[in-house]
Amino acid sequence: MRYESPATTKEAVALLSKEKGPAFVIAGGTDLLVRMKSGLVEPALLVDVKRIPAMTTIKVMQTGFRVGAAVSGAELGAHKALGKAWPGVVEATNLIGSDQIQGRCTMVGNLCNASPAADSVPALIAAGAKAAIVGKQGRRTAAVEKIITGPGSTSLAKGEVIEALTLPKSSRRTGDAYLRFTPRTEMDIAVVGVGISMTLERGIIKKARVCLGAVAPTPILVPAAADTIIGTKLDDAALAALAAACSDACDPIDDKRGTAAYRIRVAGVLARRVATIAFQRAGGAA
Amino acid sequence: MSEAVLVSTTVNGDVVEFACPTDEVLLDSLRDRVGLTGVKEGCGTGDCGACSITLDGQLVCSCLVLGVEADGRDITTVEGLTEDGELHPLQQKFIDHAALQCGVCTPGFLVAAKALLDRNPNPTETEIRYALAGNLCRCTGYDKIVRAVQASAKELNKARR
Repeated sequence: MRYESPATTKEAVALLSKEKGPAFVIAGGTDLLVRMKSGLVEPALLVDVKRIPAMTTIKVMQTGFRVGAAVSGAELGAHKALGKAWPGVVEATNLIGSDQIQGRCTMVGNLCNASPAADSVPALIAAGAKAAIVGKQGRRTAAVEKIITGPGSTSLAKGEVIEALTLPKSSRRTGDAYLRFTPRTEMDIAVVGVGISMTLERGIIKKARVCLGAVAPTPILVPAAADTIIGTKLDDAALAALAAACSDACDPIDDKRGTAAYRIRVAGVLARRVATIAFQRAGGAA
Repeated sequence: MSEAVLVSTTVNGDVVEFACPTDEVLLDSLRDRVGLTGVKEGCGTGDCGACSITLDGQLVCSCLVLGVEADGRDITTVEGLTEDGELHPLQQKFIDHAALQCGVCTPGFLVAAKALLDRNPNPTETEIRYALAGNLCRCTGYDKIVRAVQASAKELNKARR
């Protein structure tokens, strides 16, 4: 196995594009090294992206934030401005694994690993995050919900890498939240995850995005659920309609963590709680 | 067989060099090439925390880091906790509270607890339990460990005043 640690994204793309055998990006490595150890993958080339400045930094810009692909959960959690603007995204990412895992794991790794239960992804999709992708043909941008195409698979072409994620500018009237349900409080995988972001205007929800995790082959953005709360003050009727719309959108499986019927029910319960937190964070009156 | 790469890194304040295959995890490099056997292998998949070290100040599982990734970085292992042969207060309190039985998890607990106290000198019991959720002990249970960390925090804070 060849190991390379290029200094630019362009070099990383060139290395990955040229390699004939299985080639992987390593950022946090918290999923990849486990898969290598169990023999699920046998890379011919690993490209370590942690020496690429564009990937290891968080930039505050006029238009929002740009989070490099190799920024760890711990670094994300320590960034005050980002935590204030998008607390749901930061909290979701900080739910992944232990403090030890937080020291290495990244949002882009969580995204590209493409698990239906990835914690950071529903929060990112709810927040309207976009992926800055670099490939042999140049740069392109894609909404985060367009990246995961199924369990373990993504829409990235060979040689393409995500350099960073961008989050839009947040205002005092924007709030987001993410909650997941797990049998244990720590070190567990979501049975259901719900991410919601919303923007208020004169106390009324003007815009909203609702994304569900672990209830379908991919995290799913549910506009029909967002529609149930847009134009409301998140009263009881709106919350009930939201819960029903979220449960309706689920297409889960039975597995050792929960049955499909249980997931469908919990999705609605969690959505109510998440919407309530996001509404308060957006300055809504309870 | 993977090619070997020369790695130069700082471990507990000393510059060390070793050649390791590209697919070797840092846990094995530290134990077998640097000779620091305080770092233990429990699960090998990042669940148990027995191999905890800090890498550039960040708490990580050394079983989930490649040896080659450590080039130019700064590593602290449990061996780096002592100063001039004196046990770190955490180490002493773990002994005083009998916070270990077989001892395999202990180095990881010590490194993780030190990372916690460096960041938060006055943690609540809940904060300690969350911060140590990535360290598994199958002998003593966690109560004595939590009490040892609380006692260390108290002593370290007294020394700071």
